[in-house]
Amino acid sequence: MNGADAMVKCLEMEGVKAVFGYPGVAICPFYNSILDSEIESVLVRTEQNAAHAASGLARVSDQVGVCAVTSGPGATNLITGIATAFADSIPMVCITGQVNSELIGSDVFQEADITGAVESFVKYSYLVKDVEDIPRIFKEAFHIANTGRKGPVLIDVPIDVQLAAISKFKYPQEVKLRTYKPTVKGNMVQIKKVAKELSKAKRPLICAGGGVLLSDAKEVLYQFAHKYQVPVVSTMMGIGVMPTEDDMYFGMVGNNGHPYANRAMNECDLLLMVGARVADRAVNQPDLIINNKVLVHIDVDPAEIGKNVGPHIPLVGDCKSIFEDLMEQEITGDFTDWTEQLNYYEATMQRKRNPSPEYVDPAAFIRTISELLPEDAVYVADVGQNQIWSCNYHIVKKGHFLTSGGMGTMGYSIPAAMGAKYQCPEKEVVAVCGDGSFQMSMMELATMRQHGIRSKVIVLRNNYLGMVRQYQHFTYEDHYSVVDLTGSPDLSKIAAAYDMPYYLVEKNDRIEEKLKAFLQDERASLMEVVIDPMDLV
Amino acid sequence: MKKIYSVLVENRSGVLCKVAGLFSRRSFNIDSLAVGETDDKEVSCMTIVSSGNQRTLEQIEKQLNKKLDIIKVRTFHEEQSISRELMLIKVKYNRTNRKDIMEVCSILKAEIVDMSKSFMMIQICAEPERIQLLIQMLKSISIVEVARTGTLALPKCAENE
Repeated sequence: MNGADAMVKCLEMEGVKAVFGYPGVAICPFYNSILDSEIESVLVRTEQNAAHAASGLARVSDQVGVCAVTSGPGATNLITGIATAFADSIPMVCITGQVNSELIGSDVFQEADITGAVESFVKYSYLVKDVEDIPRIFKEAFHIANTGRKGPVLIDVPIDVQLAAISKFKYPQEVKLRTYKPTVKGNMVQIKKVAKELSKAKRPLICAGGGVLLSDAKEVLYQFAHKYQVPVVSTMMGIGVMPTEDDMYFGMVGNNGHPYANRAMNECDLLLMVGARVADRAVNQPDLIINNKVLVHIDVDPAEIGKNVGPHIPLVGDCKSIFEDLMEQEITGDFTDWTEQLNYYEATMQRKRNPSPEYVDPAAFIRTISELLPEDAVYVADVGQNQIWSCNYHIVKKGHFLTSGGMGTMGYSIPAAMGAKYQCPEKEVVAVCGDGSFQMSMMELATMRQHGIRSKVIVLRNNYLGMVRQYQHFTYEDHYSVVDLTGSPDLSKIAAAYDMPYYLVEKNDRIEEKLKAFLQDERASLMEVVIDPMDLV
Repeated sequence: MKKIYSVLVENRSGVLCKVAGLFSRRSFNIDSLAVGETDDKEVSCMTIVSSGNQRTLEQIEKQLNKKLDIIKVRTFHEEQSISRELMLIKVKYNRTNRKDIMEVCSILKAEIVDMSKSFMMIQICAEPERIQLLIQMLKSISIVEVARTGTLALPKCAENE
């Protein structure tokens, strides 16, 4: 057995079923060994998308996503994907081949100091120096990636280490990391304080972030909110914590959130930030959320608590565990007046849109697709105006909503949807993107075709980089600079080139019928939706 | 506000770089940094002096604790510690100021460790205040070169350790 065989064996021990990646000489031993395994290797068409696909897979399962690329440019191409996962705390193990150990540092062909380069974007990285370390390193890497505040871990393996003989393969039963012991259980004293504040409060509010989904705390949060009748809003990463139309859910907050959700944040007297990091998009002015209210911050990462705002009650621990403990506390409080107030705001503060009748209204389109999708569908939004419309108008029932929140990486949707569909082939998976983001990752249509991955792709086409155009409209008085997408390909021809059925929606009255046909189509399909270039979110 | 971080880290290659990178990435100040092995050769001790407001200093500690190569972070103010720094300072001297220099050294407990016809190298190991004082006193004479280690510090001995 050599190092590469050992690497594959480690992945098998971790229950990995698929590796997304791209080969090169430096990772060939690994890709040779994997042929003898049941693990499927999926060749993407650029390395960045391997990370996004691994991310999509991880987010619809309890698995750690895995990608494997070669040294030099293969590894550096992965950096954006790793940074995207890091910003949203997605569990991932990224394997990179490296040049021969003796040659490291001498600038040989396809050499890159990847462990140095990704340091700001990983929870931890390893440069494997001794083949005997491989089992321990992989065991540690998977553990680090999937515990505490989840995130990507990089393993850089020089080619000579992959080829070296390993004397004995023994996969460790447990991990011995003296410096890494994430807190799971919340401090009981703090939990009781929270319960006490809840009982005292008149207008409590839970703001749920991505951490609730990562912690698998959706269920218990739902039960808690309903048992004690505490209203819930969410950040962008928290969309999906509760069904959008649930009585106790009042939408996404922040710069692009619903006005009534933001009003709820302003007017509450007790705010529980749960699994959220008080990021600038969700909470524009962090100082305001400690004015006239008691702020509780619940998160598994102690460094996030107090980073942007100092809470009155900090509570470190895993969301699920903490809410399970909270469910057992005595909380007496009647918040019906407050909820009624929020219902009133929701009814009267809906955003007013004036969509042009010449084009399809993206809001109407997204609402319609929400109604037609099965309850457990996976909706993958990209980045830009399309993302904001998706956040504001998609109705989540029991399914997933995936997007790149923290880093806002364009091109995320197609490969992430591919990863999600790979993991859950029985679910309907739809990627919704703009024409800019489509062109960033359209090469993966080939991967989908090669592997029979039947996710669906919807392109909201306006011939512009919509979000930046909108920004230049407001900030630079329509002095548009490099936002014009003239020259973009004819999408019907792109679909045909990849052997995909093509659907076009140009007017509002055809939305439902076209979507029905699109969704009923068993094949991977591409839909183009013509929207108003001058529309604003 | 100034604070001293005495950080025990795994003695692995790249750890110094990671910690320095953390400070630079988040725009934390490094006033000085000294690192060396401890009695356990798997463990090194890094002593970092930083300055900032209360929230920044708290964030530094929390972000350091997140790093997997970091074993333990202890933090204290200068008054709660014994801190020392080693400095070598080379000065140009002449007949007239030679005696004065030697007197300053004697008063501030610095040693002359090297000498030539026109140059003198002075060594001092002292608390940061005395180091500053020596530099000040020698400023009027021509200082050729200075090399400092950066502050080392350990918390004062306590009864209940």
